[in-house]
Formats: sequence, structure tokens, C-alpha cells
Amino acid sequence: MDTAQPDIQHQHVSFDDGLMLECGQTLAGLIVAYRTYGALNAEKSNAILICHALTGDQYVAETHPVTGKGGWWDLVVGPGLPIDTTRFFVICTNVLGGCMGSTGPREARDGTVGLWGTDFPPVTIKDMVSAQKRLIDHFGIARLFAVVGGSMGGMQVLQWASSYPDMVFAAVPIATAAYHSAQNIAFNEVGRQSIFSDPDYAAGRYWEHDRIPARGLAVARMVAHITYLSEEALTRKFGRRVRGAQSIAGFADMFEVESYLRHQGSTFVRRFDANSYLTITRATDYFDLAEEHGGDLAAAFKGTRTRFCLISFSSDWLYPTAESRAIARALNGAAANVSFVEIASDKGHDAFLLDEPDFHRALQGFLSGCAEHAGLP
Amino acid sequence: MDARAEPVRYVAKNMRLDLRLIAEMIEPGTRVLDIGSGDGTLIDHLYRTKGCDARGIEIDMAEVTRSVVHGLPVMHGDADSDLAQYPDGAFDYVVLSRTLQAVERPRQVLAQMLRIGTRALVSFPNFGHWQVRWQLLWSGRMPMTSVWAKPWHETPNIHPCTIRDFFVLCAEEGYVVEKWLAVDEEGRRAPRRRSAALANLFGEQALFQLRRG
Repeated sequence: MDTAQPDIQHQHVSFDDGLMLECGQTLAGLIVAYRTYGALNAEKSNAILICHALTGDQYVAETHPVTGKGGWWDLVVGPGLPIDTTRFFVICTNVLGGCMGSTGPREARDGTVGLWGTDFPPVTIKDMVSAQKRLIDHFGIARLFAVVGGSMGGMQVLQWASSYPDMVFAAVPIATAAYHSAQNIAFNEVGRQSIFSDPDYAAGRYWEHDRIPARGLAVARMVAHITYLSEEALTRKFGRRVRGAQSIAGFADMFEVESYLRHQGSTFVRRFDANSYLTITRATDYFDLAEEHGGDLAAAFKGTRTRFCLISFSSDWLYPTAESRAIARALNGAAANVSFVEIASDKGHDAFLLDEPDFHRALQGFLSGCAEHAGLP
Repeated sequence: MDARAEPVRYVAKNMRLDLRLIAEMIEPGTRVLDIGSGDGTLIDHLYRTKGCDARGIEIDMAEVTRSVVHGLPVMHGDADSDLAQYPDGAFDYVVLSRTLQAVERPRQVLAQMLRIGTRALVSFPNFGHWQVRWQLLWSGRMPMTSVWAKPWHETPNIHPCTIRDFFVLCAEEGYVVEKWLAVDEEGRRAPRRRSAALANLFGEQALFQLRRG
């Protein structure tokens, strides 16, 4: 099987002074791949940083160079859309540990020609944010107008607001949580074990054998994909419909939902690196924002002047509304300015990527209100 | 019945009156929490005309969505369970407009309001109004008026009280009544300020400004 993705040059900035990681190791060099949309104003006050989710990337609102498909947030980011690129300068970076050009397991190891692979140090959400901050500093942006992200992107938003409160005017954590629950970790672990158990994984050095653990990575994606949907959405889309044979015919008989998941799995392996998947899922598992504040989440936001808007979806059972409510209450504890709305949707966790008019109107309205407070035109 | 499911709603005309009276009591540039902020009219008004840092809590998700869409800082929550997290003295005013009678624990809600805020502004429909008394006396059935418009089995108002009841509660809790007034449904301010007993008979709604004793 072809192992290499097409050799694509991702727009990036290299930071030769490296990055100190939470685990204690230091990356000698740091590459941050990114994309921007819209124009930065003269005051550099209209920048919005978008943080992508686990398997997302920096190609937010344009044709993806690997898949050829549209951007993952084409419905949200663009001229006249909720994150209006005629008004705001939008930045999205590929996360540290990712596989779209930023420093990660699929990139060249410090000072060698070989790849990092499984030797890539464990990274955290905080490390991802540290890497993003380097790019923001590089742009000379002293304060981001907003930091916006869903799922793992929402964790980065929370980390940004906690670590650099003065750099974040508005924060929009969407469909997320302040820590990974045992259930979240459990699903991630199934995915990881699936990758490990694929013979093509080759102890993590699959590229040396011109292989990729396609089966393992596909199954990991299939399991994860179930958690992104809801029972209602699956029933509505597939029910118990079968393709082909109507009689009992063993495993050849295919329910539509099976076919859908297999498709999700097989397309995923063409664009994502297994070691990246392992690295990033681990980073989400480590995430517990309250931990460094003695278990008190409110303390993570003490004295904050950031305006927050928490958005959850009613059928999301991966990061359920209760998690957003817990964040909202912690922010109340810090007397922060908080908007918090649950959007009625049967589409599960994935709703933040889909056509949800109430969600889009709320996001747009919140940002417009903040722009007024920030004195932006 | 879930008392929080459907807070009392009044016609817009009266809603504006109620909010206008409350807005008149609030000093410019202050921090305000509006519990049961509805469509956000009051907090929008306070921000735009008085430069207040006004925020809302609302139980009805459609109203929350509408408020956020309009750029107002409103969070989904309710008076019974979402006040405990705020730090002491986080606000100059905490507003509870026509919701006290519908909360599960009015006494605790008031205590929370005066813990997190320097002042509480509380409005409620007066169950001591003569029409209410007369209907119960005359027909022997639960009163139904323009203010108390739902039958007993449908109403979210599980804790109705009279103006005198409220004075008694404030005295028991040691709250100082800084201002109070009673109005009728048309918004005419009752000229009965000197007599709580008369206000209790003729006022359809009451508005109190309290502070800790």
C-alpha cells in the first residue's frame, strides 16, 4: 500500500529556538503550519484564531490539498458567514503533533533525516496552545479578538483563555469539556489498541516498510465516528436498511450503517497518520484544565476579562451539555462574562460541523456583540 | 409539575412597564445580573442607555438563543440552581422580575441574590389584591385574574405571596427594604405608598429594592 501522502508544501513558519514541552523535553525546532483567511487590519485587532478538532486541520474554508474536498468549516468561515472573513482575519494552525505540516510524528526528527514516528514526545493541549502562541506572536498580534473551536478545538480555546487571558478578548468553546472523562479515554483507548494490533503498524515504524496500519486506523476511525453521531441520527440516516441481500447471508449481508462506517474508515486512512492519531488522542486524554489549579476550574479563570460563549448540542453524548454547563458554572465562579446556550439538534457531537442554523446565528450574534464591545467596525 | 419549565410571561405592554420601573432604580455603570432575563430587553436597555455590565440567566432555551443571537451575555440556567457558584458581591444589582413566585425555594433564592449582589430588585404579582381575595371568598375556587391567568393545575406559580407576606419575609431575614412600590396592571403607580395594607389590597404587582441588613 502506498504510504506517502502526496508531497504537499504546507504554508508554515519555522521557529529555530524550538519549544519546551510540558513533559520536560524540548523540541529543538518547531514548525507551525497554518492557513489564514481575510485581512489583518492596521491595528491588528481583528484576528480570530480557530482551533481544529482531533482529526481536523488548518484547511478550514478551502479545498483540502489531500482530499480535494471542501474545508471542514466551509459553512461557518467565509465572506458573510458567521465568522465573516470580510471583517475578521482568520488564522488556523495545524496542531502540534498533527500530520498536515506542523511538527509531529510524521515530520523529520530534530537534526536527522529520519521521521519522529513513535519517538515523538508526548504533547498536551497546553503544548499545542504554546505552539499556536508562537505563530500569533510572530504575526505581531498582541490580542486575539476571538479564539474559537469545537471538541478538541474547544479544549484549546479553554487553555488559551486560561493561560493567556489578556490575549483573548472573546472565547467560544463549542461542544467540549474541561477534562477528558473516563468514557472519553476509554473510546480513545479502543482506537489506539486497534492501531497497535494491526501487523502493518510495525511497532510504529511502518513507513520504513512502506506500509501503513490502514486496518487499525480505519477501525479506530469507525469507533470514533460512532461517538460523533447520535442514535437518533444513525436511525434517521440508516435505520436497519440493508444493501443487497435481503435474506440471512452471514457477513456478506451489509447493513447500510456498516457500509457507511467502512467508508469513513477507508477515506480517513488516506489523509491521516496513525502515529499522529495516537499522539493527539493521548493529548486529549491528558487534558484536565482544573488539575493545575488544585482541581478548582474556577481558579483557572480567576480575574478573567474574556467574554465567553459556551455552545453545546442536545444530542452530543461525547461532550454532553453537562460538561459545558460545568464550565459555565466555573466561569460564574470567576464572575466572568458568560453566554451559554444548548442548541437543539439530533446530529450528535458532529453537529458543530454541520448545517445548524441556530448554532450559526448564535455564533455570529455573539461575535458581533463582542465586536461592538471591542470597538471593531 | 416542574415549576421552572415555564416562567410566567406577561403581555409586552406590562413587561416593558415592569422593566422600565426596574431600570429606573439602577444606577449607571453598575454590574447587573438579571435572573429570568427573557428576551434580554432589560440587559440590552441597561447596557445601551446606562452603560451597565448587564448579564442574564434564562431557563427558556429559545429565549437564551434569541438573546445570544442578539449579542447579549445570557446563559441558560435558573434561579434555584445557578446562583450558588457566583462569588460574594459579584454584582451591584441582582434582578428577579416576576419569577419569585415560580421558583422552588424563594427564601434561598433571595438569600443568594443578596449574597452575590449588593442590592436585590424583586418584582412579583400580589396575591393579596382585592380581586383575588374576592374571587376566593365568593366562588370558593382558585382565583383567575389577568395577573393570575392560569388554572391552578397549570400554573408554574407554586409560591404566590402577598405584599405583606413579602414584608414579613424581609423582616425575618433581616433585609432592609430600601424602596418599594405597588402598581396596577396598567402601570399606574398606586398612591398608597404610606400604607402597605392598602397597597396589598389594590396593588396588582409589587417591586422591592432590598439590601442586606
